[in-house]
Amino acid sequence: MSTNHGSRRLVVGAHYGLRDWLSQRITAALMALYTLVVVVQLLLPGPLGYEKWAGLFAAQWMKVATFVVIVALGQHAWVGLRDIWMDYVKPVGLRLCLQVLTIVWLVGCVGWATQVLWRL
Amino acid sequence: MAKPPRPVFRNIHVSQIVSYRLPPAGIVSILHRISGALLFLLLPFIVWLFDVSVSSEVSYERFTAAFTVGLAGLPGWVVKLVALALIWSYLHHAIAGVRHLWMDANHSVGKEQGHSSAIVVLATSLLLTALLGARLFGLY
Repeated sequence: MSTNHGSRRLVVGAHYGLRDWLSQRITAALMALYTLVVVVQLLLPGPLGYEKWAGLFAAQWMKVATFVVIVALGQHAWVGLRDIWMDYVKPVGLRLCLQVLTIVWLVGCVGWATQVLWRL
Repeated sequence: MAKPPRPVFRNIHVSQIVSYRLPPAGIVSILHRISGALLFLLLPFIVWLFDVSVSSEVSYERFTAAFTVGLAGLPGWVVKLVALALIWSYLHHAIAGVRHLWMDANHSVGKEQGHSSAIVVLATSLLLTALLGARLFGLY
C-alpha cells in the first residue's frame, strides 16, 4: 500500500476526478480519430450513396473500430452528463433519478447501435 | 455578540445570466456543454439515422425520404433543421474538444491564447456548419 501519512497524506477528494478527466480525453481522441477515418473514406472517389456508405462498415476492422467508438461515446457522454447533473441539480434524490435515466438512455443507445452494426 | 454578516459569493442564478457578458472562451465553454447535451438528447435519432441509412437499400430510401417527405408527421424541412442542429453540435463539440486537448498538450492557457483559440473555434465551427448546412438545404 502506498504511503498515506505525513506530507503524503491524502485528506480530500473521492479521487475519481483524474480518472474521469483522463477517460474524457482518451475517448474524445478516439472519436476524433474515427471521424477522420470515416471522412477520408467518404471523400475517396466514387458516388456517395448506399453502396459506399454501407460498404464502409463491411470490413471487420471497421466494425471493431466502430464498436470501440460506440462504447467510448457512451463513457464520454456519461462523464459529461454526470457533470451537468452535479452542477445544476442539487436534490440528491432527483439527481440520482436523472443519473439512472442517463445510464438507461446511454446503454440503450449503445446496445441498439451495436446491434445495427453486427447484423450488417 | 452578533458576528457581522460575511460576504457570500454564490453561483450566478439563472435570472442573472443575461446581465453577464461572457468572453469568447466563456461562450465556447457554455456552447460546449449545450452542444454535448443536445447530442446526448438526440442520440436515439442519431442511432436511428445510422440504422436506416446502413441496414438495406430499402431502408436507405426511408433515410433519404426523411429529409424530403418528412418523418413521424414532421415535414422534411423540420428534419433538416434538426440535422443542422446535430451538425453544428457535433462540429462545435469536436472543435472545442480539440481546443481542450491542445491546451492540455501545450499548456497554452494564457488569457490571449484562450481568447484567440476560442474565436478560432467559433469561426471554424460556424463556417463548416454553414457549408454543410447549405449542402443539406440544397443550395449547391
